[in-house]
Amino acid sequence: MLGLNSKDFRLFLVVIGLTLFAPVLLNPFPTESGLAQFNAGYPDLMQRFVIFGIFAIGFNILFGLTGYLSFGHAAFLGVGSYAAVWMFKLLSYNVLPAIALSVIVAAIFSLAIGFVSLRRSGIYFSILTLAFAQMSFALAYSVLSNPKFNLTNGETGLQVYNDDPQIFHSDRLPDLPHLFGLSMRASTDIALGPWTFTLNAGYYLSAVFMVAAFYIAIRLFRSPFGMMLRAIKTNQTRLNYTGLNSRPYTLAAFVISGAYAGLAGGLLAAMDPLAGAERMQWTASGEVVLMTILGGAGTLIGPILGSGLIKYFENIFSKINDDVLHSWFAFMPDGLEDAMVFIVHPFVGKGWHLTLGIVFMLVVIFLPGGLVEGGQRLWRWITGANRKKSDDQDTKHAPHAAE
Amino acid sequence: MGILEVKGVGKRFGGLQALGDVNLSVNERSVHAIIGPNGAGKSTLLNCLVGKLIPDTGSVMFDGQSVLGRKPHEINQMGISRVFQTPEIFGDLSVQENVMIPCFAKRDGAFELNAFSPALGQKDILAQAEEILEDVNMADKRHMHAASLSRGDKRRLEMAMCLVQQPKLLLLDEPTAGMARADTNNTIDLLKEIHEKRDITMAIIEHDMHVVFSLAQRITVLAQGTPLVEDTPENIKGHPKVREAYLGEAH
Ligand SMILES: Nc1ncnc2c1ncn2[C@@H]1O[C@H](COP(=O)(O)OP(=O)(O)OP(=O)(O)O)[C@@H](O)[C@H]1O
Ligand SMILES: [Mg+2]
Repeated sequence: MLGLNSKDFRLFLVVIGLTLFAPVLLNPFPTESGLAQFNAGYPDLMQRFVIFGIFAIGFNILFGLTGYLSFGHAAFLGVGSYAAVWMFKLLSYNVLPAIALSVIVAAIFSLAIGFVSLRRSGIYFSILTLAFAQMSFALAYSVLSNPKFNLTNGETGLQVYNDDPQIFHSDRLPDLPHLFGLSMRASTDIALGPWTFTLNAGYYLSAVFMVAAFYIAIRLFRSPFGMMLRAIKTNQTRLNYTGLNSRPYTLAAFVISGAYAGLAGGLLAAMDPLAGAERMQWTASGEVVLMTILGGAGTLIGPILGSGLIKYFENIFSKINDDVLHSWFAFMPDGLEDAMVFIVHPFVGKGWHLTLGIVFMLVVIFLPGGLVEGGQRLWRWITGANRKKSDDQDTKHAPHAAE
Repeated sequence: MGILEVKGVGKRFGGLQALGDVNLSVNERSVHAIIGPNGAGKSTLLNCLVGKLIPDTGSVMFDGQSVLGRKPHEINQMGISRVFQTPEIFGDLSVQENVMIPCFAKRDGAFELNAFSPALGQKDILAQAEEILEDVNMADKRHMHAASLSRGDKRRLEMAMCLVQQPKLLLLDEPTAGMARADTNNTIDLLKEIHEKRDITMAIIEHDMHVVFSLAQRITVLAQGTPLVEDTPENIKGHPKVREAYLGEAH
């Protein structure tokens, strides 16, 4: 189906189903219940899930397949955001030209950076990409923001002002990013008993892009090109003596992943028309590495899971403060309640990084294949009947760039 | 004129003269063995042929063109495939994928952005891969992880990866090292058959004299980086210098 084998097609359908029903699936707790704060089905967060999912899917094409670990991919995301906001400033708030330019600019930018960085491999490649990204950050933050030539608007961030040309803008159109008049902020609330679900235009637009990005990634994984990329990861020497030039393969993977990052950056700007330099900082580059490894590098769905988990932690765990903790442990005697709050406190709220760090360590140590491996083990454990058989097969057969 | 002409090749590693003044001519459609004691410079010589090393002096001509200064993938595209002394295979890929990759390299050249059609939908490539796996008796292992193969199987897989490209010149660096006797004999038969069926020129480095004398039409004896003699197997067997330098040790 659609050029996919039946297993990949099933996976593709699952991803479509999950993104389509995310506003419902991510809001399992009734609005008034105490657990409602764990609901993730609000537009802003769901947009982040799919946008960073795109970012991680693209990153995985480079890192998961070729093993080249870039520490500078946030630069392409940032460039994408700037390009999109410039389109808003010059043309109009329509998101399509903005997103198209983000992808193109990020692809060109990654071609230049990849061309230089890919002359080295291993740690030297990583350092080169990191250096380029930090240079881009510095350029965006200060150098390219002076009264004579203001490309990035420095610290404030690039945004649309009233005196911008916006040549295709008209009064009938919303004063916010829109798709031919449909505002990205347009939302419909559906109340169903005690639950409320929010369907948001921006989320669904981003979701369509993610589904398309995911589809392309599957095709790429299964193509001869994807096979060459995996061959580069396992034995580049053999590949060269087999008559293949590894450089253009790695460069193509680099540019494709850069274009994915640019798409993510453009979508971020389309959801909120503001582009700041901090999007390019090394912490942002590190985050996508974490997402990919956490979900399972080299697997198809891993990056989506990884980015979802990290964004969930960032947005939900960080909101749990001491008041919330007290309400959780209120059923305990006072002394014990305070003690429990004291113990849990460092791991939530501002301490969410600590929890994430621990989860990351546990995953890397016990599940080198990331959440996907965890899921596979769980599945095997549940379907325990076939356990012996499938275990044998696993050691004997090559894991076919697993789901 | 041979298909491969090596003239006056020398290579130094620091203070060690690994290759002195090597002249070698391999005739088209022949099997040419290079023998010599450990450290004689046999692998170094092959490295100079495939672009892994650039010799300090001399010239290497293949099929009328110089290979010096070309990158390994360019040399392979000219028609030279090499089996390494320690098997170089794609450990994380399946056996089938391992033999498919050289087929793609042969069909599509050094780079082809073929990113949208399924690799397993390419009938011609699959058929070639299947045929060579049958030839080396590994068809039943096609879905195995290459890294989990036995040493002998890894060697056979690497040989299959080179053979499937139908190279003009096949370089084999100790293809039977680490193989059981039966496997060695199978390999001899395989190479003989390939040589007769496909007319592939072969240069083979080997310590196992049984293999050398079963296959080679010409033998070059290398010692301390210089060729001692080059002759037919019959003459080599009785050559006093060779007995002294090499066979004396081996027997
Ligand atoms: N890259 C290198 N750097 C330094 N010295 C090297 C290098 N490659 C080979 N040598 C040295 O050159 C000499 C010839 O090595 P080579 O591997 O060509 O021998 P060989 O004939 O293949 O031996 P063997 O039968 O053990 O494989 C050896 O002394 C070896 O240590
Ligand atoms: Mg050797």
